[in-house]
Amino acid sequence: MNGAEGLFRPGDSPLHRLAPQTKVVALVVFSFAVAATDREAVWAFGAYAAILVALFWLARIPAGWIMVRSLVETPFLLLALAFPFLVGGATVEAGPLDLSIDGLWAGWNLFAKATLGVWAALLLAATTPVAALLAGLARLRCPDILLQITAFAVRYAHLTIAEVTQMRLARLARCDDPRFLWQAGALARSLGTVFIRSFERGERIWQAMAARGYTGRLPLDVGPAAASARQWTAAMGAPALAAGIAMWTAVAM
Amino acid sequence: MKALDVAGLGHVYPDGHRALDGVELAVDAGERVAVLGPNGAGKTTLMLHLAGLLEATEGAVSVGDLRIEKRTLAEVRRRVGIVFQSPDDQLFMPTVADDVGFGPANLGVKGEALRERVAAALADVGLSDLAHRPPHHLSVGQQRRAALAGVLAMRPDIVVCDEPSANLDPAARRDLAGILQRTAPTLLLVTHDLPYALQLCERAVILDAGKVVADAPTAEILADAALLARHRLELPFGFSLEAARSSLRH
Repeated sequence: MNGAEGLFRPGDSPLHRLAPQTKVVALVVFSFAVAATDREAVWAFGAYAAILVALFWLARIPAGWIMVRSLVETPFLLLALAFPFLVGGATVEAGPLDLSIDGLWAGWNLFAKATLGVWAALLLAATTPVAALLAGLARLRCPDILLQITAFAVRYAHLTIAEVTQMRLARLARCDDPRFLWQAGALARSLGTVFIRSFERGERIWQAMAARGYTGRLPLDVGPAAASARQWTAAMGAPALAAGIAMWTAVAM
Repeated sequence: MKALDVAGLGHVYPDGHRALDGVELAVDAGERVAVLGPNGAGKTTLMLHLAGLLEATEGAVSVGDLRIEKRTLAEVRRRVGIVFQSPDDQLFMPTVADDVGFGPANLGVKGEALRERVAAALADVGLSDLAHRPPHHLSVGQQRRAALAGVLAMRPDIVVCDEPSANLDPAARRDLAGILQRTAPTLLLVTHDLPYALQLCERAVILDAGKVVADAPTAEILADAALLARHRLELPFGFSLEAARSSLRH
Protein backbone atom coordinates (compact mmCIF):
# COMPACT_ATOMS: atom_id res chain seq x y z
CA MET A 1 0.00 0.00 0.00
CA ASN A 2 1.46 3.33 -0.97
CA GLY A 3 0.00 5.35 1.86
CA ALA A 4 -2.50 8.12 1.52
CA GLU A 5 -2.51 8.20 -2.27
CA GLY A 6 -4.54 5.03 -1.83
CA LEU A 7 -5.43 3.31 -5.09
CA PHE A 8 -5.72 6.48 -7.15
CA ARG A 9 -4.14 6.40 -10.60
CA PRO A 10 -3.68 9.92 -11.99
CA GLY A 11 -5.18 10.38 -15.43
CA ASP A 12 -7.45 12.51 -17.55
CA SER A 13 -10.15 10.12 -18.74
CA PRO A 14 -13.86 11.00 -18.76
CA LEU A 15 -14.17 8.93 -15.57
CA HIS A 16 -11.44 10.93 -13.87
CA ARG A 17 -13.25 14.14 -14.79
CA LEU A 18 -16.65 13.16 -13.34
CA ALA A 19 -17.62 14.88 -10.09
CA PRO A 20 -16.78 12.52 -7.20
CA GLN A 21 -20.27 12.58 -5.68
CA THR A 22 -21.79 11.27 -8.93
CA LYS A 23 -19.33 8.38 -8.95
CA VAL A 24 -20.12 7.46 -5.35
CA VAL A 25 -23.84 7.31 -6.09
CA ALA A 26 -23.16 5.36 -9.29
CA LEU A 27 -21.11 2.80 -7.34
CA VAL A 28 -23.88 2.33 -4.78
CA VAL A 29 -26.59 1.89 -7.43
CA PHE A 30 -24.45 -0.48 -9.47
CA SER A 31 -23.68 -2.60 -6.40
CA PHE A 32 -27.36 -2.83 -5.46
CA ALA A 33 -28.24 -3.90 -9.00
CA VAL A 34 -25.59 -6.63 -8.91
CA ALA A 35 -26.63 -7.82 -5.47
CA ALA A 36 -30.30 -7.95 -6.47
CA THR A 37 -29.68 -10.07 -9.57
CA ASP A 38 -30.86 -13.69 -9.47
CA ARG A 39 -27.84 -16.00 -9.15
CA GLU A 40 -28.99 -18.25 -11.98
CA ALA A 41 -29.08 -15.40 -14.51
CA VAL A 42 -25.48 -16.09 -15.48
CA TRP A 43 -25.66 -13.97 -18.64
CA ALA A 44 -26.52 -10.90 -16.51
CA PHE A 45 -23.27 -11.21 -14.56
CA GLY A 46 -21.43 -11.47 -17.87
CA ALA A 47 -23.11 -8.24 -18.94
CA TYR A 48 -22.10 -6.48 -15.70
CA ALA A 49 -18.51 -7.63 -16.14
CA ALA A 50 -18.57 -6.36 -19.74
CA ILE A 51 -19.79 -2.95 -18.52
CA LEU A 52 -16.96 -2.75 -15.99
CA VAL A 53 -14.34 -3.91 -18.48
CA ALA A 54 -15.49 -1.20 -20.90
CA LEU A 55 -15.22 1.41 -18.14
CA PHE A 56 -11.76 0.16 -17.14
CA TRP A 57 -10.74 0.52 -20.76
CA LEU A 58 -12.21 4.04 -20.87
CA ALA A 59 -10.27 4.98 -17.72
CA ARG A 60 -7.06 3.37 -19.10
CA ILE A 61 -6.66 1.01 -16.15
CA PRO A 62 -4.55 -2.05 -17.03
CA ALA A 63 -5.98 -5.52 -16.37
CA GLY A 64 -2.91 -6.59 -14.37
CA TRP A 65 -3.43 -3.75 -11.91
CA ILE A 66 -7.04 -4.80 -11.34
CA MET A 67 -6.16 -8.47 -10.94
CA VAL A 68 -3.48 -7.82 -8.32
CA ARG A 69 -5.78 -5.54 -6.31
CA SER A 70 -8.63 -8.06 -6.62
CA LEU A 71 -6.62 -10.41 -4.41
CA VAL A 72 -8.26 -8.60 -1.50
CA GLU A 73 -11.32 -10.82 -2.03
CA THR A 74 -9.33 -14.06 -1.64
CA PRO A 75 -10.94 -14.98 1.71
CA PHE A 76 -14.38 -14.77 0.08
CA LEU A 77 -13.26 -16.89 -2.83
CA LEU A 78 -12.01 -19.57 -0.44
CA LEU A 79 -15.42 -19.53 1.22
CA ALA A 80 -17.08 -19.78 -2.20
CA LEU A 81 -14.92 -22.84 -2.96
CA ALA A 82 -16.01 -24.45 0.30
CA PHE A 83 -19.75 -24.06 -0.30
CA PRO A 84 -20.18 -27.09 -2.65
CA PHE A 85 -18.75 -29.32 0.10
CA LEU A 86 -20.56 -27.75 3.03
CA VAL A 87 -24.10 -27.31 1.73
CA GLY A 88 -26.46 -30.28 1.71
CA GLY A 89 -29.24 -31.27 -0.71
CA ALA A 90 -29.06 -32.85 -4.14
CA THR A 91 -25.56 -33.54 -5.41
CA VAL A 92 -23.79 -33.88 -8.72
CA GLU A 93 -20.80 -36.14 -9.34
CA ALA A 94 -17.57 -34.53 -10.59
CA GLY A 95 -14.94 -37.25 -10.84
CA PRO A 96 -14.32 -38.57 -7.34
CA LEU A 97 -16.18 -35.62 -5.72
CA ASP A 98 -19.80 -35.31 -4.69
CA LEU A 99 -20.76 -31.63 -5.01
CA SER A 100 -23.93 -30.04 -3.69
CA ILE A 101 -25.89 -28.36 -6.50
CA ASP A 102 -27.20 -25.74 -4.13
CA GLY A 103 -23.67 -25.21 -2.81
CA LEU A 104 -22.32 -24.74 -6.33
CA TRP A 105 -24.88 -22.04 -6.98
CA ALA A 106 -24.16 -20.39 -3.64
CA GLY A 107 -20.42 -20.42 -4.40
CA TRP A 108 -20.98 -18.97 -7.85
CA ASN A 109 -23.27 -16.31 -6.40
CA LEU A 110 -20.63 -15.22 -3.88
CA PHE A 111 -17.81 -15.35 -6.42
CA ALA A 112 -19.66 -13.33 -9.08
CA LYS A 113 -21.08 -10.67 -6.78
CA ALA A 114 -17.92 -10.20 -4.70
CA THR A 115 -15.74 -9.89 -7.80
CA LEU A 116 -18.06 -7.38 -9.48
CA GLY A 117 -18.31 -5.38 -6.24
CA VAL A 118 -14.54 -5.28 -5.83
CA TRP A 119 -14.05 -4.26 -9.45
CA ALA A 120 -16.61 -1.47 -9.23
CA ALA A 121 -14.99 -0.17 -6.02
CA LEU A 122 -11.55 -0.36 -7.67
CA LEU A 123 -12.88 1.65 -10.59
CA LEU A 124 -14.01 4.41 -8.22
CA ALA A 125 -10.78 4.32 -6.20
CA ALA A 126 -8.57 4.34 -9.29
CA THR A 127 -10.24 7.37 -10.84
CA THR A 128 -10.87 9.49 -7.73
CA PRO A 129 -8.21 10.96 -5.41
CA VAL A 130 -8.86 10.38 -1.71
CA ALA A 131 -9.37 14.09 -1.06
CA ALA A 132 -11.99 14.33 -3.83
CA LEU A 133 -13.71 11.22 -2.53
CA LEU A 134 -14.05 12.78 0.92
CA ALA A 135 -15.25 16.04 -0.58
CA GLY A 136 -17.80 14.10 -2.64
CA LEU A 137 -19.05 12.29 0.44
CA ALA A 138 -19.34 15.65 2.24
CA ARG A 139 -21.37 16.92 -0.69
CA LEU A 140 -23.68 13.90 -0.25
CA ARG A 141 -24.12 14.91 3.41
CA CYS A 142 -22.23 12.01 4.86
CA PRO A 143 -22.02 12.69 8.64
CA ASP A 144 -19.17 15.05 9.47
CA ILE A 145 -17.72 12.82 12.17
CA LEU A 146 -17.36 9.86 9.78
CA LEU A 147 -15.56 12.06 7.27
CA GLN A 148 -13.20 13.36 9.94
CA ILE A 149 -12.39 9.83 11.07
CA THR A 150 -11.79 8.71 7.48
CA ALA A 151 -9.64 11.72 6.66
CA PHE A 152 -7.47 11.14 9.73
CA ALA A 153 -7.24 7.40 9.13
CA VAL A 154 -6.05 7.97 5.57
CA ARG A 155 -3.60 10.67 6.55
CA TYR A 156 -2.03 8.86 9.47
CA ALA A 157 -2.18 5.29 8.19
CA HIS A 158 0.57 6.35 5.82
CA LEU A 159 2.67 7.70 8.67
CA THR A 160 2.10 4.67 10.86
CA ILE A 161 3.04 2.28 8.05
CA ALA A 162 6.22 4.27 7.41
CA GLU A 163 7.01 4.04 11.11
CA VAL A 164 6.44 0.28 11.22
CA THR A 165 8.66 -0.15 8.16
CA GLN A 166 11.45 1.91 9.68
CA MET A 167 11.31 0.04 12.95
CA ARG A 168 11.50 -3.24 11.06
CA LEU A 169 14.60 -2.06 9.20
CA ALA A 170 16.15 -0.91 12.46
CA ARG A 171 15.48 -4.35 13.98
CA LEU A 172 16.92 -6.15 10.97
CA ALA A 173 20.00 -3.91 11.15
CA ARG A 174 20.60 -5.34 14.60
CA CYS A 175 20.33 -8.90 13.31
CA ASP A 176 16.71 -9.60 14.26
CA ASP A 177 15.38 -12.48 12.17
CA PRO A 178 11.75 -13.04 13.15
CA ARG A 179 11.13 -16.09 10.98
CA PHE A 180 9.62 -18.24 13.67
CA LEU A 181 6.78 -17.66 16.02
CA TRP A 182 8.96 -17.70 19.15
CA GLN A 183 11.02 -14.87 17.67
CA ALA A 184 8.02 -12.65 17.23
CA GLY A 185 8.40 -11.02 20.65
CA ALA A 186 10.41 -8.12 19.24
CA LEU A 187 7.79 -7.54 16.56
CA ALA A 188 5.00 -7.52 19.14
CA ARG A 189 6.92 -5.06 21.30
CA SER A 190 7.60 -2.72 18.41
CA LEU A 191 3.92 -2.80 17.44
CA GLY A 192 3.15 -1.85 21.03
CA THR A 193 5.58 1.04 20.72
CA VAL A 194 3.92 2.17 17.50
CA PHE A 195 0.57 2.11 19.27
CA ILE A 196 1.83 4.29 22.14
CA ARG A 197 3.57 6.66 19.72
CA SER A 198 0.42 6.96 17.62
CA PHE A 199 -1.57 7.71 20.74
CA GLU A 200 0.87 10.45 21.76
CA ARG A 201 0.91 11.79 18.23
CA GLY A 202 -2.87 12.01 18.40
CA GLU A 203 -2.50 14.31 21.37
CA ARG A 204 0.06 16.51 19.60
CA ILE A 205 -2.16 16.70 16.52
CA TRP A 206 -5.04 17.81 18.67
CA GLN A 207 -2.85 20.50 20.24
CA ALA A 208 -1.76 21.73 16.82
CA MET A 209 -5.40 21.82 15.68
CA ALA A 210 -6.60 23.60 18.82
CA ALA A 211 -3.83 26.16 18.33
CA ARG A 212 -5.47 27.01 15.03
CA GLY A 213 -8.89 27.43 16.54
CA TYR A 214 -10.35 23.91 16.14
CA THR A 215 -13.46 23.44 18.25
CA GLY A 216 -14.72 20.07 17.04
CA ARG A 217 -15.97 20.80 13.53
CA LEU A 218 -13.79 20.34 10.50
CA PRO A 219 -14.39 23.19 8.04
CA LEU A 220 -15.11 21.07 4.99
CA ASP A 221 -16.53 23.77 2.76
CA VAL A 222 -13.54 22.92 0.61
CA GLY A 223 -15.82 20.42 -1.19
CA PRO A 224 -16.39 20.28 -4.94
CA ALA A 225 -18.93 22.36 -6.79
CA ALA A 226 -22.35 20.85 -7.42
CA ALA A 227 -22.36 18.40 -10.33
CA SER A 228 -24.22 19.44 -13.48
CA ALA A 229 -27.16 17.45 -14.83
CA ARG A 230 -24.88 16.31 -17.67
CA GLN A 231 -22.35 14.92 -15.21
CA TRP A 232 -25.07 13.05 -13.33
CA THR A 233 -26.45 11.64 -16.57
CA ALA A 234 -23.01 10.48 -17.68
CA ALA A 235 -22.21 8.92 -14.32
CA MET A 236 -25.53 7.14 -14.01
CA GLY A 237 -25.40 5.55 -17.48
CA ALA A 238 -23.66 2.33 -16.43
CA PRO A 239 -25.60 1.81 -13.18
CA ALA A 240 -28.90 2.50 -14.96
CA LEU A 241 -28.03 -0.18 -17.50
CA ALA A 242 -27.15 -2.58 -14.68
CA ALA A 243 -30.39 -1.79 -12.85
CA GLY A 244 -32.29 -2.45 -16.07
CA ILE A 245 -30.63 -5.85 -16.45
CA ALA A 246 -31.35 -6.69 -12.80
CA MET A 247 -35.01 -5.84 -13.25
CA TRP A 248 -35.19 -7.84 -16.47
CA THR A 249 -33.86 -10.94 -14.67
CA ALA A 250 -36.33 -10.40 -11.84
CA VAL A 251 -39.26 -10.30 -14.26
CA ALA A 252 -38.05 -13.10 -16.54
CA MET A 253 -37.14 -15.62 -13.82
CA MET B 1 1.27 47.35 25.99
CA LYS B 2 3.33 44.26 25.21
CA ALA B 3 2.52 41.91 22.32
CA LEU B 4 3.16 39.05 24.73
CA ASP B 5 3.54 39.10 28.48
CA VAL B 6 4.37 36.01 30.52
CA ALA B 7 4.28 36.71 34.26
CA GLY B 8 5.38 34.26 36.94
CA LEU B 9 4.27 31.30 34.82
CA GLY B 10 4.61 27.90 36.46
CA HIS B 11 3.58 24.50 35.19
CA VAL B 12 3.54 21.17 36.97
CA TYR B 13 2.65 18.07 34.93
CA PRO B 14 0.28 15.50 36.45
CA ASP B 15 3.24 13.19 37.21
CA GLY B 16 4.66 15.90 39.47
CA HIS B 17 7.37 17.08 37.07
CA ARG B 18 7.81 20.86 37.31
CA ALA B 19 8.47 22.01 33.75
CA LEU B 20 8.11 25.78 34.29
CA ASP B 21 9.03 27.59 37.46
CA GLY B 22 8.16 31.30 37.42
CA VAL B 23 8.88 32.28 33.80
CA GLU B 24 9.02 36.04 33.13
CA LEU B 25 9.08 37.16 29.51
CA ALA B 26 7.74 40.23 27.73
CA VAL B 27 7.87 40.73 23.97
CA ASP B 28 7.09 44.02 22.20
CA ALA B 29 5.28 44.20 18.88
CA GLY B 30 7.85 44.11 16.09
CA GLU B 31 10.43 42.38 18.24
CA ARG B 32 12.07 39.05 17.39
CA VAL B 33 13.11 37.05 20.42
CA ALA B 34 14.88 33.71 20.56
CA VAL B 35 14.06 31.35 23.43
CA LEU B 36 17.21 29.27 23.87
CA GLY B 37 17.67 26.32 26.10
CA PRO B 38 18.92 22.74 26.23
CA ASN B 39 16.62 19.76 25.67
CA GLY B 40 14.13 19.42 28.50
CA ALA B 41 14.41 23.05 29.61
CA GLY B 42 10.66 23.63 29.29
CA LYS B 43 10.70 25.39 25.90
CA THR B 44 7.88 23.37 24.38
CA THR B 45 5.77 23.60 27.55
CA LEU B 46 6.16 27.38 27.46
CA MET B 47 5.11 27.44 23.83
CA LEU B 48 1.96 25.42 24.52
CA HIS B 49 1.02 27.95 27.21
CA LEU B 50 1.20 30.82 24.73
CA ALA B 51 -1.90 29.49 22.94
CA GLY B 52 -3.63 28.34 26.08
CA LEU B 53 -3.08 24.67 25.24
CA LEU B 54 -2.06 23.95 28.82
CA GLU B 55 -3.54 25.39 31.97
CA ALA B 56 -1.10 27.39 34.08
CA THR B 57 -0.36 25.99 37.53
CA GLU B 58 0.53 29.52 38.61
CA GLY B 59 1.07 32.91 36.96
CA ALA B 60 -0.50 34.17 33.75
CA VAL B 61 0.04 34.82 30.08
CA SER B 62 -1.34 37.87 28.27
CA VAL B 63 -1.44 38.41 24.54
CA GLY B 64 -1.85 42.10 23.77
CA ASP B 65 -4.72 43.31 25.96
CA LEU B 66 -6.10 39.80 26.54
CA ARG B 67 -5.23 37.61 29.47
CA ILE B 68 -5.45 33.93 28.50
CA GLU B 69 -8.51 32.31 30.04
CA LYS B 70 -11.31 30.13 28.76
CA ARG B 71 -13.35 33.08 27.49
CA THR B 72 -10.48 34.55 25.44
CA LEU B 73 -9.06 31.32 23.98
CA ALA B 74 -10.45 31.72 20.47
CA GLU B 75 -9.08 35.24 19.99
CA VAL B 76 -5.76 34.34 21.67
CA ARG B 77 -5.31 31.43 19.27
CA ARG B 78 -5.92 33.77 16.36
CA ARG B 79 -3.34 36.23 17.66
CA VAL B 80 -0.66 33.63 18.46
CA GLY B 81 0.34 31.46 15.50
CA ILE B 82 2.31 28.39 16.53
CA VAL B 83 4.39 26.42 14.05
CA PHE B 84 5.00 23.05 15.69
CA GLN B 85 8.27 21.20 15.46
CA SER B 86 6.95 18.20 13.56
CA PRO B 87 5.04 19.10 10.40
CA ASP B 88 3.48 15.62 10.58
CA ASP B 89 1.64 16.73 13.69
CA GLN B 90 0.42 19.94 12.13
CA LEU B 91 -0.41 19.13 8.50
CA PHE B 92 -3.34 16.78 8.46
CA MET B 93 -5.77 17.87 5.76
CA PRO B 94 -5.79 16.02 2.41
CA THR B 95 -4.13 18.86 0.47
CA VAL B 96 -1.80 21.73 1.31
CA ALA B 97 -4.44 24.31 0.39
CA ASP B 98 -7.06 22.65 2.60
CA ASP B 99 -4.61 22.61 5.46
CA VAL B 100 -3.70 26.27 5.08
CA GLY B 101 -7.43 27.05 5.01
CA PHE B 102 -8.11 25.12 8.22
CA GLY B 103 -7.24 27.97 10.62
CA PRO B 104 -9.07 30.80 8.85
CA ALA B 105 -12.10 28.53 8.26
CA ASN B 106 -12.18 27.93 12.02
CA LEU B 107 -12.30 31.71 12.36
CA GLY B 108 -15.39 31.75 10.15
CA VAL B 109 -13.71 32.95 6.93
CA LYS B 110 -15.56 31.42 3.97
CA GLY B 111 -15.77 31.15 0.19
CA GLU B 112 -13.84 33.65 -1.89
CA ALA B 113 -12.29 35.39 1.13
CA LEU B 114 -10.97 32.04 2.35
CA ARG B 115 -9.50 31.20 -1.04
CA GLU B 116 -7.81 34.60 -1.18
CA ARG B 117 -6.26 34.13 2.25
CA VAL B 118 -5.00 30.67 1.37
CA ALA B 119 -3.52 31.90 -1.91
CA ALA B 120 -1.83 34.87 -0.20
CA ALA B 121 -0.35 32.71 2.57
CA LEU B 122 0.93 30.14 0.07
CA ALA B 123 2.45 32.90 -2.05
CA ASP B 124 4.16 34.32 1.07
CA VAL B 125 5.99 31.04 1.65
CA GLY B 126 6.54 30.28 -2.05
CA LEU B 127 4.34 27.19 -2.25
CA SER B 128 1.62 28.38 -4.64
CA ASP B 129 2.40 25.65 -7.16
CA LEU B 130 2.06 22.87 -4.57
CA ALA B 131 -1.38 23.94 -3.26
CA HIS B 132 -3.13 20.77 -4.35
CA ARG B 133 -0.50 18.21 -3.36
CA PRO B 134 -0.98 16.04 -0.28
CA PRO B 135 1.28 17.49 2.46
CA HIS B 136 3.13 14.23 3.11
CA HIS B 137 4.49 14.26 -0.45
CA LEU B 138 6.45 17.44 0.20
CA SER B 139 10.04 17.67 1.39
CA VAL B 140 10.61 18.54 5.06
CA GLY B 141 11.51 22.12 4.10
CA GLN B 142 8.31 22.49 2.07
CA GLN B 143 6.27 20.91 4.86
CA ARG B 144 7.61 23.41 7.33
CA ARG B 145 6.77 26.27 4.97
CA ALA B 146 3.26 24.82 4.53
CA ALA B 147 2.86 24.70 8.31
CA LEU B 148 3.98 28.35 8.50
CA ALA B 149 1.49 29.27 5.76
CA GLY B 150 -1.28 27.62 7.80
CA VAL B 151 -0.42 29.98 10.63
CA LEU B 152 0.11 33.10 8.48
CA ALA B 153 -3.34 32.58 6.94
CA MET B 154 -4.81 33.40 10.36
CA ARG B 155 -3.08 36.82 10.27
CA PRO B 156 -1.48 36.34 13.69
CA ASP B 157 0.01 39.19 15.76
CA ILE B 158 2.89 37.01 16.87
CA VAL B 159 4.41 33.90 15.28
CA VAL B 160 5.93 31.22 17.51
CA CYS B 161 8.22 28.65 15.85
CA ASP B 162 9.36 25.51 17.65
CA GLU B 163 12.78 24.39 16.37
CA PRO B 164 12.04 25.55 12.81
CA SER B 165 15.51 24.63 11.54
CA ALA B 166 15.40 20.99 12.76
CA ASN B 167 16.07 18.45 9.99
CA LEU B 168 16.47 21.11 7.29
CA ASP B 169 19.31 21.14 4.78
CA PRO B 170 21.32 24.40 4.61
CA ALA B 171 19.42 25.79 1.61
CA ALA B 172 15.99 25.05 3.12
CA ARG B 173 17.21 26.63 6.35
CA ARG B 174 18.21 29.81 4.55
CA ASP B 175 14.91 29.91 2.60
CA LEU B 176 12.91 29.60 5.79
CA ALA B 177 14.94 32.33 7.52
CA GLY B 178 14.22 34.70 4.63
CA ILE B 179 10.50 33.89 4.75
CA LEU B 180 10.32 34.39 8.52
CA GLN B 181 12.12 37.73 8.22
CA ARG B 182 9.63 38.87 5.61
CA THR B 183 6.40 37.53 7.06
CA ALA B 184 6.78 37.45 10.85
CA PRO B 185 7.64 40.89 12.24
CA THR B 186 6.92 39.72 15.78
CA LEU B 187 8.54 36.36 16.30
CA LEU B 188 9.32 34.01 19.13
CA LEU B 189 11.90 31.50 17.97
CA VAL B 190 12.14 28.48 20.27
CA THR B 191 15.39 26.70 19.49
CA HIS B 192 18.78 25.39 20.51
CA ASP B 193 20.18 26.30 17.10
CA LEU B 194 22.26 29.30 18.20
CA PRO B 195 23.42 30.55 14.77
CA TYR B 196 19.79 30.55 13.59
CA ALA B 197 18.82 32.60 16.64
CA LEU B 198 21.57 35.10 15.83
CA GLN B 199 20.50 35.31 12.22
CA LEU B 200 16.84 36.01 13.00
CA CYS B 201 16.57 37.58 16.45
CA GLU B 202 18.09 40.70 17.96
CA ARG B 203 17.23 39.55 21.46
CA ALA B 204 17.47 36.17 23.17
CA VAL B 205 16.53 34.63 26.48
CA ILE B 206 17.88 31.41 27.95
CA LEU B 207 15.37 29.08 29.54
CA ASP B 208 16.80 26.40 31.80
CA ALA B 209 15.09 24.19 34.37
CA GLY B 210 11.86 26.11 33.82
CA LYS B 211 13.29 29.59 34.50
CA VAL B 212 14.51 32.49 32.37
CA VAL B 213 18.15 32.71 33.39
CA ALA B 214 19.42 35.28 30.87
CA ASP B 215 17.83 38.02 28.74
CA ALA B 216 20.09 40.11 26.48
CA PRO B 217 20.93 40.93 22.85
CA THR B 218 21.55 37.61 21.05
CA ALA B 219 25.11 38.48 20.07
CA GLU B 220 25.98 39.23 23.68
CA ILE B 221 24.56 35.94 24.90
CA LEU B 222 26.39 33.99 22.22
CA ALA B 223 29.66 35.76 23.12
CA ASP B 224 29.41 34.64 26.76
CA ALA B 225 30.93 31.16 26.55
CA ALA B 226 30.73 30.60 30.30
CA LEU B 227 26.99 31.40 30.36
CA LEU B 228 26.33 29.06 27.43
CA ALA B 229 28.35 26.26 29.00
CA ARG B 230 26.46 26.61 32.30
CA HIS B 231 23.22 25.91 30.46
CA ARG B 232 24.40 23.16 28.15
CA LEU B 233 24.34 25.37 25.07
CA GLU B 234 27.12 25.34 22.51
CA LEU B 235 27.99 27.03 19.25
CA PRO B 236 28.55 24.53 16.43
CA PHE B 237 32.12 23.37 15.81
CA GLY B 238 34.09 25.93 13.83
CA PHE B 239 31.45 28.66 14.13
CA SER B 240 32.91 32.16 14.29
CA LEU B 241 30.69 34.66 16.05
CA GLU B 242 32.75 37.57 14.63
CA ALA B 243 32.40 36.35 11.05
CA ALA B 244 28.65 35.78 11.54
CA ARG B 245 28.13 39.26 13.03
CA SER B 246 30.04 40.97 10.27
CA SER B 247 28.07 39.12 7.59
CA LEU B 248 24.82 40.15 9.35
CA ARG B 249 25.94 43.80 9.15
CA HIS B 250 26.32 43.56 5.35
